Amino acid sequence: MLVKQMSVFVENTTGRLADLTGVLAANGIDIIACTIADTVDFGILRCIVEDPEKATEILKEHGFTASITEVIAVSAEDKPGGLDKILRSLAEAEIGVDYIYSTIRSKEGEAIIIMKVADPKKALSILG
Amino acid sequence: MIWNKEMECADRDTMRALQLKRLKKTVKHVYDNVSPYRKKMDESGVRPEDINTLDDIRKLPFTTKEDLAENYPTGLFAMPMHDIVRIHASSGTTGKPKIVGYTQNDLAMWGECVARSLTMAGADKDSVVHVSYGYGLFTGGLGAHIGAETIGATVIPMSSGNTQKQITFLQDMKSTVLCCTPSYALTIAEGVAKAGIRPEDLALKAGVFGAEPWTQAMRDKIETGLGIKAHDIYGLSEVMGPGVSTSCDENNGMHIQEDYFYVEIINPDTLEPVADGEKGELVITTIAKEGMPLVRYRTRDICYLMREKCACGRTTVRMSRVFGRTDDMLIIRGVNVFPSQVETVIAKFDKELTMNYKLYVGREHNTDTFELAVELAEGLAIDDIRFVEALKGKVEHALRDMLGIGCKVRLLNEGTLPRSEGKAVRVEDTRKL
Repeated sequence: MLVKQMSVFVENTTGRLADLTGVLAANGIDIIACTIADTVDFGILRCIVEDPEKATEILKEHGFTASITEVIAVSAEDKPGGLDKILRSLAEAEIGVDYIYSTIRSKEGEAIIIMKVADPKKALSILG
Repeated sequence: MIWNKEMECADRDTMRALQLKRLKKTVKHVYDNVSPYRKKMDESGVRPEDINTLDDIRKLPFTTKEDLAENYPTGLFAMPMHDIVRIHASSGTTGKPKIVGYTQNDLAMWGECVARSLTMAGADKDSVVHVSYGYGLFTGGLGAHIGAETIGATVIPMSSGNTQKQITFLQDMKSTVLCCTPSYALTIAEGVAKAGIRPEDLALKAGVFGAEPWTQAMRDKIETGLGIKAHDIYGLSEVMGPGVSTSCDENNGMHIQEDYFYVEIINPDTLEPVADGEKGELVITTIAKEGMPLVRYRTRDICYLMREKCACGRTTVRMSRVFGRTDDMLIIRGVNVFPSQVETVIAKFDKELTMNYKLYVGREHNTDTFELAVELAEGLAIDDIRFVEALKGKVEHALRDMLGIGCKVRLLNEGTLPRSEGKAVRVEDTRKL
């Protein structure tokens, strides 16, 4: 399915990420999945939350540069070859993958993978 | 509108004759009443009667900020305290403050200068002038105030700070003219946008901004953010305060009140005059001040002069905006760098960056480090590391092109840097030299 992901710019200083999670905690925002892409000076926190529009607004009010990106969430079998099956189908359809991470919650035998792909709609139709 | 046509539009011969008369009087006044001036003139072998033309001013020694420090607090006063009715002091960045004394006539002259300035910005008796410069020893607040009162406008002496309250007064009192530092004008514009107020909902028509160097890009931001026409006002506390010169509607340099100030531009290294249109250090002689006249005062401000006739009808010489101060010039790895150059670069990225920035200069392993911290523009969509890295790279590249040396860029979230309420602190230099 198509999912709205929240992307937040975070300065690479000690405690800055905690400032961000503090704002989310104080506003009762649950993090379903998250990952951080980091460089020497800054990072971009990407996360899936219940209400991304509201969360983005709240973070902006607290001085964070935050925006929404469309990603896809797909279910993978939690066994060897599960992820490979998905990526192979995308590769055969020549759909590029920018990044991948997985949710914090998981179900028995199944993993939810979050992916940023070049053509989300096409990717979803291939992956069924 | 022109406040004083007789002076502001005087023909050149009349103006120069008046300047010479006043210069002679001032030189005699300081020679007779201020011993440090008499001492310096005697040492240079020049006497008041040697001043017979305006060009003879070059025979006189310069006065510097060091002279003020050496004669702290009131050693350069030319009148007894009995005649001094007001004291101001400049926000000296190093050492002792510079103390300035005004006589009753000096205050009247200041009011006249600022009245001319505010009139250039369209102010009249019906205007509501909102003064957000700091009040106190700093000349900004009371300077703008006395000018507005001279015109007979309604003055709101807000002083600086408490931006929320400033916005409430701008709205409720329907202020038409705003006076503050350009960086504080930006802070107010930001607050107005955050409060969801459209510029056209405010009654503001013009702003008169000064006390720190700013760029055309910053002017554009203020003008759109507040829906006003921005005017540049220049002055130094030591010389008087704001009102030495102001830009008219043509926005092509600031008209100098030449009946009160005689200006020269010199090469700060050779101390020789430079040609009109060429950048150099501004030197001011106050030719009508009584309390603390300054003769050939080296301002450290870098600008150039324009003498072509202005379309507004005024005949006074104009000075360009101040490009920087010889004393806020940074020397990094041997290269001269002005914060205003960095600002020009930031302005090119107005979709991606805000005008809030700070420069950090330090020293590691005997090499200067130079870093620009700048905030990302609000509403910027960032998901891609490459986009942010590329932006950082582009800014660094543009800085290198402008400055000729490398400057590391650190991007920050919008609102991270402290907001200016007066003069913005743009540089933190931790080098111990």
